[in-house]
Amino acid sequence: MAITTAEVERVAALARLKLEPHEVERLTTDLGHILDAFQRLAEVDTHGVEPTAHVEQLDAPLREDEVTNSPAGDEALTNAPARDGRRFRVPKIIE
Amino acid sequence: MAALHELSLCEAAARVRRRDVSSVELTRAALARIEAVEPRVDAFLTVSRDEALAAAADVDRRVAAGEDVGALAGVPVGVKDIICTAGIRTTAGSKILERFVPSYDATVTARLKRAGAVVVGKLNCDEFAMGSSNENSAYKPARNPWSADRVPGGSSGGSGASVAALECHAALGTDTGGSIRLPAAYCGVVGLKPTYGRVSRYGVVAYASSLDQVGPLARDVTDAAMVLEAIAGHDPRDSTSSPRPVPSYLTQLEGGVRGLRLGLPREYFVEGMQPEVEAAVREAVRLLEDLGAHVEPVSLPHTEHAIATYYLIATAEASANLARYDGVRYGLRTPAKVLGEMYDTSRAAGFGAEVKRRIMLGTYALSAGYYDAYYLKAQQVRTLIRRDFEQALARCDALVTPVAPTTAFRLGEKTDDPLTMYLSDILTISVNLAGLPGLVVPCGVDKGGLPIGLQIVGRPFDESTALRIGAAYEGATDWHRRRAPL
Repeated sequence: MAITTAEVERVAALARLKLEPHEVERLTTDLGHILDAFQRLAEVDTHGVEPTAHVEQLDAPLREDEVTNSPAGDEALTNAPARDGRRFRVPKIIE
Repeated sequence: MAALHELSLCEAAARVRRRDVSSVELTRAALARIEAVEPRVDAFLTVSRDEALAAAADVDRRVAAGEDVGALAGVPVGVKDIICTAGIRTTAGSKILERFVPSYDATVTARLKRAGAVVVGKLNCDEFAMGSSNENSAYKPARNPWSADRVPGGSSGGSGASVAALECHAALGTDTGGSIRLPAAYCGVVGLKPTYGRVSRYGVVAYASSLDQVGPLARDVTDAAMVLEAIAGHDPRDSTSSPRPVPSYLTQLEGGVRGLRLGLPREYFVEGMQPEVEAAVREAVRLLEDLGAHVEPVSLPHTEHAIATYYLIATAEASANLARYDGVRYGLRTPAKVLGEMYDTSRAAGFGAEVKRRIMLGTYALSAGYYDAYYLKAQQVRTLIRRDFEQALARCDALVTPVAPTTAFRLGEKTDDPLTMYLSDILTISVNLAGLPGLVVPCGVDKGGLPIGLQIVGRPFDESTALRIGAAYEGATDWHRRRAPL
């Protein structure tokens, strides 16, 4: 098996997903099958081959440092799950 | 005489401009059609009736005032629910965005409206565009208009189904690994994934940013060209959108295929392919030869590694893109005592099984100790896949291939095995990895009456040639005129 239950739990913590025990079990099986099938990539000779991150290498475009948007209204807050005036409200960060 | 909802986009827009019909009449006809067939198709997640009728009335007012209302003059279209629409709920097919109402339009939405189109609603899709069947929608699976027990393909399943069901005259979809082309093939409509960078991604919910593109699904090649022309071009808000000028696709559709060199990739006639699919595609290629094209075999030797390459790169990018859903600024939040717990439980409650699987796979591929073996390796193989296409397209003007190994499969047939589902994309994903344009046109039906598609892959930014080939094929066949039995 390409991946263990402990690794699935470690990756879930990195991905900030609280998984139920049955999800951990299912993901261990599924990711194991998927990674096993993907092992064949290792057979491809990629010695000296540059990686492709993007098909077209465009230079980062520059523009004048001018304000082009109007001052922010309340739009950014209209979908807030909880707000306090013009701020997003969240639970406390440190217990 | 054809009912209003049966008109092509091109014809409907021409009639609005001639004042033979009003946009309000067209929009009412589309809404009536939606009401009539939607219980059978489930293509829409939101129908924006009031907004559509208001937009249509506005078009009519401007037509009456003698104004130029744009190429898509007052014609009802649908938009995949992963594309932001100001004031209209945009869920990306996910529970985590169930109540998300964007305050702005995606650039493609704004450009559709600027061209005069009327948005009648938001189309069903796999959650965050992750899927090949639309069964990963958190709301309901869209169904194939040709057969109620078949999938429409994914992830833009609602886009394909709505166009095939004549609920709208064209639709926008997105295509990261085949998500426009697979539904187009399964639903018997035209679909176009543009070259990476041809169309702005601003305001499109991100899945895999180096692969995602927006494109049209339409009833014929002319209509697809009209929609592409409306949405293509540089956008200062998307630095990956290309500054290359947009040609007039519509005026380049004529001209035929005489003298064009078409490559037939031998790796694309895969083991286990449904014989009727292979026969229909080979017959279509023979017809293009009869019309004057030169067809030659080509090889894309790294094709067998495309699935692994794609599913490592796309999931790695997805794991980063979906980090934004943390319950802080928008989206689902579950109650929690501390912030970290809120992240973990909100994401667990809001994401579906396939989205979690892809986030996990991507996080794993990017994590310490596995990065080189999986993510970097996949990026290197991506280079080899690109080179395969560069070599084939140095000799050929375009490639012609099947879209999928089979016609539309049954609902539930592949949901238990993610790897089997991933294999549905085997003939479309390489085109995304190489960043090329891919057009699908209907080219036959199997013995059950289910549609078969032909894929035409062009050189970078040469949508014109692919569309010209598609138009020539359409001119000699009737497959695009067949309608789903609804």
